[in-house]
Amino acid sequence: MTSSLTGAPASTRSYKDYSRPLWQRVLLTREGAVYAALIIVIVGATVSVRNFGSPITMTYLLLDVTPILLIALPMTLVIITGEIDLSVASVVGLSSVTLGTLHQAGLPIEAAGAVAIVVGALAGALNGFLITVVGLPSLAVTIGTLALYRGLAVGLLGTTAVTDFTEFWTDLAKSKIGSTGVPSVMILFVILLVVFAIVLHFTPFGRGIFAIGLSPEAARFSGIHVERTKFILFVLSGTISAVAGIFYTLRFGSARGDNATGLELSVIAAVLLGGVSIFGGRGALHGVIAGVLLIGVLGSALRLANVTSDVINIITGTLLVASVVSTSVLAWLRTARARPGGTNRAPSATTKS
Amino acid sequence: MTTTATAPASRVGSVLSSFIKARETGILLALVLIVVVTTAKNPNFLFSNDGFRDLLLTPSILLLVAVGQAIVIITRNVDLSVGSVLGLTAYLTGRLFIDIPGIPIIVVFLAGLVFGGLLGLINGALVAFAKVPALVITLGTLYAYRGINVLWTGSDRINASDMPKPFLALGTQSILFIPVLTIIAVVVLIVAGWYMRNQRGGRELYAIGSDPDAANLYGLGVTRRVLVAFVVCGALAGLAGVLYAARYGTVNSQAGSGFELEAVGAAVIGGVAIFGGSGTVWGAAIGAYLLFTINRALPILGVQDFWQRAVVGVLIIGAIVLDRLLALRQTRKLVEARDSE
Repeated sequence: MTSSLTGAPASTRSYKDYSRPLWQRVLLTREGAVYAALIIVIVGATVSVRNFGSPITMTYLLLDVTPILLIALPMTLVIITGEIDLSVASVVGLSSVTLGTLHQAGLPIEAAGAVAIVVGALAGALNGFLITVVGLPSLAVTIGTLALYRGLAVGLLGTTAVTDFTEFWTDLAKSKIGSTGVPSVMILFVILLVVFAIVLHFTPFGRGIFAIGLSPEAARFSGIHVERTKFILFVLSGTISAVAGIFYTLRFGSARGDNATGLELSVIAAVLLGGVSIFGGRGALHGVIAGVLLIGVLGSALRLANVTSDVINIITGTLLVASVVSTSVLAWLRTARARPGGTNRAPSATTKS
Repeated sequence: MTTTATAPASRVGSVLSSFIKARETGILLALVLIVVVTTAKNPNFLFSNDGFRDLLLTPSILLLVAVGQAIVIITRNVDLSVGSVLGLTAYLTGRLFIDIPGIPIIVVFLAGLVFGGLLGLINGALVAFAKVPALVITLGTLYAYRGINVLWTGSDRINASDMPKPFLALGTQSILFIPVLTIIAVVVLIVAGWYMRNQRGGRELYAIGSDPDAANLYGLGVTRRVLVAFVVCGALAGLAGVLYAARYGTVNSQAGSGFELEAVGAAVIGGVAIFGGSGTVWGAAIGAYLLFTINRALPILGVQDFWQRAVVGVLIIGAIVLDRLLALRQTRKLVEARDSE
């Protein structure tokens, strides 16, 4: 509605540009660029960084990015509807503490885990309720619940940690599939990925998610249950975050209130890097997976190359900014070239009027 | 935005009624209530020398950052990088004292302001020219600035002994029982509050936040104004970084991390609508005071301070729910007024 006036957002929203030949449409997409970057980094690191190609590196790399991979699935769907969930890392902490305290109280770990997942779903449901029923902006709501859930987690356990988990479970979290070096938790992730991909890309529910992101009003008029869809997505986001919290706890064998602090920023950075538009309405899961892996591989390679681990921060940030800015620059170049009269004209129509 | 009607007949009455109706009054009352209840429980909270000083002093740094954040949020943007900017300027402050012995303190203050302003300019330029939401850009610069900080600092840290005594004294000194940091923060607050309420530039920021497209069509310099808002936000975060160094004496690479959420939280609690166009820097300032005062009050009230974040979360959610209810009531009133004509 509004984008037709300013021009610029409309161009970043263009979903499929059929005026271009097929190979350009396939290769010159955001996802294509992320894949290319991922392949270049993997090849470059394997050649130049010692030990990068070894299975043990891959195992640790995958274990490290698993929570981000898991949470990125629902986050992608949430951002495609034009909303955001900043509370995911706090739900990780909350589920970790739930698991820890219940286990300490004598509950078997299966039951404690089930309760933790329910708690995560409830946390997501509260977000969903405030956003869809009360009608509040998701950014504000989830900044609030980010503090609230983290506060509950830290309040319940204080600065203590629960560490007496049975070895069976902590080993299971770190175990590998046979002799491949691939962590078994990847099986869980792949199953979830397939489910999410089918739901998002091949069902009416998934098309509805895109439609909501492009225009909630239009989606509502075409009979999509906008509020219900969003509510379901926030519950999903809480549930998967709780699963990630259980994995996180068992992997490190420690339930703490401040587990995974700041993880929400990594997840959102990876999702946006993977080509999901923050305006909503555009994105694909395979791009997001490539985005998560790109950040993970870069970090792992740099650590192995003895670059201080925090340099990754600069690279993550610059990548994120460069990727979103490049979209705008490309869109501007395309409109400038398409405009009759030359390529060197400033985009005065959009900035001044 | 909230107070515009001034009838000459009963100016005192109208000022009073607009004060009662103002969005900020509610949370000011909450703040006063907390101070009163906590003081009743333990008089030292307010009436001891340290208690009174801490009450004013501790939130001053957050106040500066929250004022800048409020200005950016009013334009319908957000700056998540303020914590990283604060960390960088805090380290810069220490480095200046170490590398240039005898550097005047005022020069260090200016350096912090300018450096923070430059970092804000980068944010603003990326947001204004790339037409990408500020959330994404400043999430990127949050990482990038913090990374630069870590790269620059390494495992190094600034200690109190690295900085001159008069500078550190600024962090603790008082003039007429009022801490110097608080005076600096309040002066900034008054200037910002006056500018946002009375000056054309300030009003245009509200207009831009209310409806960016309309502001654009109307011919307001949207790009320039948004740029300025980010520069001001960065400069205030930079000033806060200098004060951070003065107040705490030690600066490591993690100084100010997580501050962005406190700043956004303070603004939201203070009634600045996250989607722009309404709220005041006064509200954000009271929000900052409320956040840190609760933090200090909880242990006295017998609640472990681990729960502080949970209380803050409830406050943020409560504040935005209240905002929503007030907005709904306003809409209903306007509809009634239209229908009765």
